Amino acid sequence: MSLRNVGIVYRKELVDSLRDRRTLISMIVVPLLVMPLLTIGMGVLSIALVGIAMREVPRVMVLGGEDSPGVLAELNKLSDLEIVPAKPDYAEEISSKRIRAAVEIPAGFEAKLAAGESSTVKIYMYQGELKSGFGADRLQRFFSKLRDRAVREHLQARHLPENLARPFDILETNVASAEKVGGTVLGGLVPYFVILLCLTGAMYPAMDLTAGEKERGTIETLLCSPVSRTHLVIGKFLMVLTASIATAILAITSMAVSFGTGKQMLLSITKGAADPSLQITVTPKGVVSIFFVVFPLAVFFSAALLALSLVAKSFKEAQSYISPLMILVVMPAIASLLPGVELTPALAFIPVLNTSLVSKEIISGTFHWNLIGLIFLSSSIYAGIAIAIAVKLFQREDVLFRT
Amino acid sequence: MLLQICGPISYNLRRILAKKIGMIEALHLVKRFHDKKRGTVCAVDDVSFSCRQGEIYGLLGANGAGKTTTLRMLATILTPTEGTAIVAGFDVIKNPQMVRARVGFLSAATALYGRLTAQEMVEYFGRLHGLDEDTLRERMERLFERLEMQEFLNRRCDKLSTGMKQKVSIARTLVHNPTVMIFDEPTLGLDVMAARTIVKFIRECREAGKTVVFSTHVMSEVEKLCDKIGIIHGGKLLAEGTLPELRARTGIQDLEDLFVKVVEA
Repeated sequence: MSLRNVGIVYRKELVDSLRDRRTLISMIVVPLLVMPLLTIGMGVLSIALVGIAMREVPRVMVLGGEDSPGVLAELNKLSDLEIVPAKPDYAEEISSKRIRAAVEIPAGFEAKLAAGESSTVKIYMYQGELKSGFGADRLQRFFSKLRDRAVREHLQARHLPENLARPFDILETNVASAEKVGGTVLGGLVPYFVILLCLTGAMYPAMDLTAGEKERGTIETLLCSPVSRTHLVIGKFLMVLTASIATAILAITSMAVSFGTGKQMLLSITKGAADPSLQITVTPKGVVSIFFVVFPLAVFFSAALLALSLVAKSFKEAQSYISPLMILVVMPAIASLLPGVELTPALAFIPVLNTSLVSKEIISGTFHWNLIGLIFLSSSIYAGIAIAIAVKLFQREDVLFRT
Repeated sequence: MLLQICGPISYNLRRILAKKIGMIEALHLVKRFHDKKRGTVCAVDDVSFSCRQGEIYGLLGANGAGKTTTLRMLATILTPTEGTAIVAGFDVIKNPQMVRARVGFLSAATALYGRLTAQEMVEYFGRLHGLDEDTLRERMERLFERLEMQEFLNRRCDKLSTGMKQKVSIARTLVHNPTVMIFDEPTLGLDVMAARTIVKFIRECREAGKTVVFSTHVMSEVEKLCDKIGIIHGGKLLAEGTLPELRARTGIQDLEDLFVKVVEA
């Protein structure tokens, strides 16, 4: 292996690519923009949206309750709920978001309450809709208080202690750090973006250095030089890898900075009461570890993209080959976001999914070193196979001069 | 000529002679491709010819005749399916890298890297040919001066005019001082002025003692330049000789008519 020849090819490709606007955008601009947008942007946006939803006074419908005037009067007195006249099509009203929720008070509710008889209050809502959830919550809170008050009154009337109906309390306490809580929520999303950017960063150079070279007719001239084809393809591969690694480094750095800045910003916006899921701290150890597991994946992507683009006759054809690869990469990355998918030794052998899962754990502060090592090893094997294929393809005339 | 005088001689002797006189010798070159639609296609079928140092050999043929494939085999870009060629004393199959170091290849497309400057382009190919920095500087200075390239040396290739691109391409081809020049339809798609530059350049190569093989389907270029002509059609070399020899053999003076007669026969 002549390092001099590889170096000559690499330097030329580096200069050439750094003058290509498309490469610069995918390699530098995108990672620098995506991470702050993803963290700070999404954080600020979600806080703003939740704030707006919380400030809204939900319109709710009360169905029935004509024989329970006391309850109705108390409901009407609530300042954080707007009671609208009952209509039979309340479900449609909720679905079409004209009202946020409805409550059905059973016949003889007050009388049964006074007599200590059981009855059921039904709350209707739009599951998953934030504002409907707030409306239903407020109704739920009102009726819970009413139930507690009724229980208290019954116990007092019978001269029984209040805690008879509540012999013990249940207190749920989070022991995971904010870093871990945040890691499980946003932590899945971030590796997904780092992996995706790693791929997109390598995409343009890979196509330009192979299919682009065929399209411009420069490949013939290049093959006339005494530098061996292996040296040529290795030089090209190193340039594609540089683009991929540069994108990954920028994405990871931008992510760490965004989390740091984003955390401060969110805390100042919410006056220290930001949802822990939005507070993520990525330690330098985490950054280095993510880079460690992403590196062999970047090698794999670079070689695979180079091999695929090499088969194509033109830039356009290369794009059509690479699009399915994008889907192949996105699918396991998305699978890592599914609830309950956890890193196991078997999953450590599935490319992309393994890196995505381990990065998620690293962000939440968990370091399974044996699995990290296994993932590095398996990704390195895949990367080695992809490089061998790319080198082999570069020796084939039917690939280089496909018509 | 020397080889013809010698008659049937051994491969090693041919190699020694070819090295001595810096020549090209194609020996029964065959190239078959596999095509999905057409099956196995024989692009070049048993082509043999030779070209001496300081001589221009013109490969004359229509589109798809097998000219480019033959030249690509001589330049070691493609490997022959059968047969071989000795270029500047080295076998294209056994020593492709040695052949490449001695060959300058120029095709119809200027084939430049648009984002590199004219100087960077020539530098890159000089380095790929293993030139040390001092030799490279010296060669580039001479080439830039001879081709009057000083004005646009630092301009990106995609911003150059066709004429300027041609000059960069020529400088790129000559930077390693090749003894053998291979031109694949070098004037294709060029205007009269640009084509004249190329024709002048080919002539200068001969005067400099280089061995030149070039392919074309432009009859006037063949008449102007070639010492020897090979008419290729359907992958086969149908006729070969100097222009007067071919005229005498066919009894036709006009080259175009001569070409059609050979091809149709």
